[in-house]
Amino acid sequence: MPILSPSDADRVRAMLADLPNPVRLVFFTQTLNCETCEPTKQILGELAELSSQITVQEHNLLLEGDLAASFGIDRVPSIAVVGAQDYGIRFLGIPSGYEFMSLLDAIQVASAGDSGLTEASRAMLAGLESPLSLQVFVTPT
Amino acid sequence: MAVESGKVTSFIVEASEYPDLVRKYRVSGVPKTMVNETVEILGARPEEDFVRTAVGGVVP
Repeated sequence: MPILSPSDADRVRAMLADLPNPVRLVFFTQTLNCETCEPTKQILGELAELSSQITVQEHNLLLEGDLAASFGIDRVPSIAVVGAQDYGIRFLGIPSGYEFMSLLDAIQVASAGDSGLTEASRAMLAGLESPLSLQVFVTPT
Repeated sequence: MAVESGKVTSFIVEASEYPDLVRKYRVSGVPKTMVNETVEILGARPEEDFVRTAVGGVVP
C-alpha cells in the first residue's frame, strides 16, 4: 500500500514539476531497532517516483558511520537534502504529516539554491563568520 | 538560512522520535529552535526577527 494517496501524489508531482536542478536525498537507515526507518524509506521511494530530479541514496548508519559523520548524522532515520551542493539541510526522524511538507520545501530550496529570504535576512547571514547550527524541533501533526 | 550561508547547518528534528534530545534541550512546545545548542528560539517568529536572533546567537 502506498503511503501517498493518488490525489496526494498528483499534488506533490505538480509541486515538484519545476525543480531546476537535481536533488539527492541521502538517507541513513538501519535494519534493527528503528520503527520509522522502513516507512521513511517507503515515503522517500514514493517521492522519488514523482520527479525525475529526485534520487534517493540509501546508506546503513552502522556500516557507513564515517559517511554519516561527514554529513553530521548519527541517528536514524536521517536525510541530508543535497542540491547542486550540500547546503547543510538535514531531517531527523520520519518526514510524515506536516514534516512531509517541510521536506518538499527543503527539496525546492536545495534544487533552486535560493533560500527565498528577504534581502535583510540575506545580509545578516552573509556576515556570518562562525558556524551556526540550528536544531528545529517539530512534531508531525 | 543554510542555503544562504555555508556556515549554517539546519537540522529539522522530529521531536517525538528523539525523547533524549527533547529532554536535553527541554523542549516543551514546538516549534523550538536551538542555536548552537545554547540559544533558544520559541515558537514561530517573523523571518527577519528569527534570523537576527539566530545570527546574534553565534558564540565566537
